[in-house]
Amino acid sequence: MQLENMYQEIILDHYKNPHGRGLREPFEAEVHHVNPTCGDEVTLRLHLEGDTIADVSYEGMGCSISQASVSAMYDLVLGKTVPQALEAGEHFMTLMQAKGDPSVAEKLEDELEDAVAFAGVSKYPARIKCALMSWMALKDASARAWGGPA
Amino acid sequence: MTQTVSRPSESSGVARNAPLPLDVEAIRADFPILTRTVRDGKRLVYLDSGATSQKPRQVLDAERWFYENVNAAPHRGAHQLAEEATGAYEAARATIGGFIGAPEQEIVFTRNTTEAINLVAYALSNAATAKEPEFRTYAVGQGDEIVVTEMEHHANLVPWQQLCERTGATLRWLGLTDDGRLELSNLDTVINERTKLVAITQQSNILGTINPLGDIVARAHEVGALVLVDGAQSVPHQPVDVTELGADFLVFSGHKMLGPTGVGVLWGKYDVLDKLPPFLTGGSMIEVVRMEGSTFAAPPQRFEAGVPMSAQVIGLAAAVEYLQALGMDAVEAHEKALTGYALEKLAEIPGVTVIGPPDTVARGGAVSFTVEDIHPHDVGQVLDDHGIAVRVGHHCAWPVVRRYGVPATTRATFYVHTGYDDIDALADGIRAAQKFFGTV
Repeated sequence: MQLENMYQEIILDHYKNPHGRGLREPFEAEVHHVNPTCGDEVTLRLHLEGDTIADVSYEGMGCSISQASVSAMYDLVLGKTVPQALEAGEHFMTLMQAKGDPSVAEKLEDELEDAVAFAGVSKYPARIKCALMSWMALKDASARAWGGPA
Repeated sequence: MTQTVSRPSESSGVARNAPLPLDVEAIRADFPILTRTVRDGKRLVYLDSGATSQKPRQVLDAERWFYENVNAAPHRGAHQLAEEATGAYEAARATIGGFIGAPEQEIVFTRNTTEAINLVAYALSNAATAKEPEFRTYAVGQGDEIVVTEMEHHANLVPWQQLCERTGATLRWLGLTDDGRLELSNLDTVINERTKLVAITQQSNILGTINPLGDIVARAHEVGALVLVDGAQSVPHQPVDVTELGADFLVFSGHKMLGPTGVGVLWGKYDVLDKLPPFLTGGSMIEVVRMEGSTFAAPPQRFEAGVPMSAQVIGLAAAVEYLQALGMDAVEAHEKALTGYALEKLAEIPGVTVIGPPDTVARGGAVSFTVEDIHPHDVGQVLDDHGIAVRVGHHCAWPVVRRYGVPATTRATFYVHTGYDDIDALADGIRAAQKFFGTV
């Protein structure tokens, strides 16, 4: 069945029990991203210590894919440097462009950890934006936190 | 959080075995796309006609006939094809006008409803700087007010917001009640002597509500305001007659009424159209062109710049003839029966809440709902897996979902090929989504 392929158990777990949810202090950048086609929203705060991501806190509303994606991203980027996190974002983008090709997911398994479970989403063009929203927000927040006053 | 709770009332009581007004099996045979399957061999259950309708073979044949037999640019050239293309194009205008009880010179072809609304909005701001005094009749400026409602599609909201920004006019609106109707208690203050135009939908694309236009048109005309009715969701689904409507403009799209994409209609009272400056300018909308300046043709040509969408217009006329053969009274009764049935079936499912009027009184076949603890995108995904096409999201009516305190809804819309089996499939699909996400 195609549904299970997309809604992997890992995704449903993150959706039901999101990791790191809630807005916290301190933070150097806060961004608000919206998916204008469906109205999904995420507010994301980024806290850096040097160039290391000390916290990513967030609130949002949206579908299981968008909410699970931000939770899996939280796990993946916490403690990484900003360049490492942005690189992970690039890997995630590659995964989303894979059109369901399992070999792409296999190659990225180590880099993406739980986030590799979103491979099935890449078969549904309408849902790719849901999975990418939080990553776009993180990229935006990184640019601001690095460019703005610490 | 305010939500409307669906309770089946006596008026929505429709038994499963009551025969539908239209012969669904015969109609389905006219729609080639309904023979295809989706998602691994499943029957296509198309409940998204509100976004765009499917096309019967008669419409596709009419477009093909035009291209294969008479294709040429209408209103240009003196060769036989040009004559025949012009004849077919203008005959289609008469057919489409007849569908809404309007003479052909009051029918302007646009790309779609959105463009028709923008045409009027830009004509009203262009009026302020028109060099011809009669074109300044309906000019909008500072101190003037434009009235819309909170249930408008973005297409009947954003162009008016923009008109106000261009001209310094003020946008006002009628709000919504908890059961998905217009709040009319302050009608006389919202529409007042400063109002220049009232833009209102005849049927909400998200709530399904059919608005009481008579009172609103009367109040608008009492204060000398123009009225534009968005018929995108009404003209395809119920009989509409512009004389009975009493408005100044009616706009609708061909693609939502079995016709092709790329053609819409602006109907306007001739005397009003005649006093409006053009929106788009260029070929075929002119009277005389000199290097120093130009004068413009009479309506409807004044508003049809460039080579028109001829084949699409011919296709739309075929769609109109198809609907006329079914009878718009029958189409309306058919959808009312389906809506009543759908409201009952949805009310039987725990956790499902209908956003919009809970019964079929003054309500069309657009049924929006939420499923507790499952986001509409996820509901839509499970339905899609069952071969059911619905729309999810804010339906280009973001203020409406905000008003009812939900991020988005799932929406099912019905048309002439919809049967009870489609609604049964929808109900089964919703239950499958609840099972899949473990919410029941």
